[in-house]
Amino acid sequence: MCGIVGIYLKTKKFENDLGKMLSGMLNNMESRGPDSAGFAIYKNSDRKEYKYSLCINNLDFSKFKKNISQKIKNLKLNQYSDHVILKTTEKPKKFINLINKEFPEISIVGYGHSIEIFKQVGNPKDVVKKFNLESFSGTHGIGHTRMATESAITTDGSHPYSTGEDECLVHNGSLSNHNNLRRELKKKGNIFTSENDTEVAAGYVSNSLSNNKSLKDTLVSGLKDLDGFYTFIAGTRKGFAVVRDEIACKPAVIAETKNYVAIASEFQAMAHLPDVNNAKIFEPEPGIVYSWGN
Amino acid sequence: MKLDLKKLKLRKVNEQLQSIDRKINDRNFTIINPEGNHAVCAGLTEELNINIKGHVGYYCAGMNQKANITIEGNVGTGVAENMMSGKVHVKGNASQSAGATAHGGLLIIDGDASSRCGISMKGVDIVVKGSVGHMSGFMSQAGNLVVCGDAGEALGDSLYETNIYIKGKVKSLGADCVEKKMDKKHIKKLNLLLQEANIKNQKAESFKRYGSAKKLYNFKIDNISNY
Repeated sequence: MCGIVGIYLKTKKFENDLGKMLSGMLNNMESRGPDSAGFAIYKNSDRKEYKYSLCINNLDFSKFKKNISQKIKNLKLNQYSDHVILKTTEKPKKFINLINKEFPEISIVGYGHSIEIFKQVGNPKDVVKKFNLESFSGTHGIGHTRMATESAITTDGSHPYSTGEDECLVHNGSLSNHNNLRRELKKKGNIFTSENDTEVAAGYVSNSLSNNKSLKDTLVSGLKDLDGFYTFIAGTRKGFAVVRDEIACKPAVIAETKNYVAIASEFQAMAHLPDVNNAKIFEPEPGIVYSWGN
Repeated sequence: MKLDLKKLKLRKVNEQLQSIDRKINDRNFTIINPEGNHAVCAGLTEELNINIKGHVGYYCAGMNQKANITIEGNVGTGVAENMMSGKVHVKGNASQSAGATAHGGLLIIDGDASSRCGISMKGVDIVVKGSVGHMSGFMSQAGNLVVCGDAGEALGDSLYETNIYIKGKVKSLGADCVEKKMDKKHIKKLNLLLQEANIKNQKAESFKRYGSAKKLYNFKIDNISNY
């Protein structure tokens, strides 16, 4: 069991409250996933600049700041507990190589022009507090609370998984063909950092998007290629999409108002959202891809 | 009496409703701010009238006996699961496994019910005014499942003695489920159920009845593909 949540804002009305809305949703999903939690927030931002979400683990922040500033000029760093959002015009390939080579203790959680990702082991309430999610603004966000089943409780085993620029994916369920699919994707050039099944699904989505397939078409093909139980929320710069496998054992409920679309594993995650009692509330049908913004 | 789930703990509210004295006259309760909580009004055993204002989570009114519970909102997985008697009325939509394993009573759903509605039902009557999802009536053993809308894939798979009445389209029938003739007694029963659910715009004659072909009751090698 895991808890997944997401909010896509259709208007600008709640942009400053996005973090607050999402943190309430994650807190209410603690019962579905007490082991670790994470979230991705999308903000409109400078397209020339890249944002790298880094988990610096036990590395001293001031030491890291000093060292990295010597290697890359004109960078901006924001620290949130053991995570750092690093802004630079440096391209991903070069930057990721540099981090992996010079700072092997750092995990790159995600990167892109608009995404910021935070994830850590621990109770969702503590994780949300630690990264001060309530203070975030943005256009859409995705979150996850994990009850670990098939791999260890680590930061790398936490969701969301981001395997491409401004992409992320959260998952409630389990995949049965992930080892095979991982091997196939590795041959195509995908890189995986964990043994987790969800990372393979994220890699599958990234691979397909990089071949210019739309997110919706990608998830439709995924219904054939990904074997197992799942409700996925997959995010891109423009929005997100939701899909449940055809057996639909894993729950999901959507609430749509004129200002936002919210999705969660259970309604209780959204009970605090503004005007939710007047929202159109429905369950996504099995095997149907629902998409907003893309 | 009004019970506010924002102020009171769910367990306290359920305990209070589970231990109402039989001699007390005030048997009407309103629950406000359910906020998607699970197991609201589970395990009630007395004749009470309860009105829940808002959406609830899983297993609402589970194991109900005698109580008359109305939910003015949507319900999560397993509403009225294992109900023994009484009445549960959902004014919104229901998630999967509505009325699962229920032995008796009446479950009315004004909206749609998703997959596995009436799974393994054992005597309950379920009336859905909208449509039901896939695998509804799976392994259902007794009682009646009435659907005024459509039914999803594999309706009534491996069912026993339950009667399933569908007004709309059936996407596909499950193993051993077949369309059956509507006899007078079926029309009479269906009319009664429609009346109990306060459905006035439907005629029993316009429904189709589905039930068990009874080919899977005993193992037969010829039916191996159906198991």
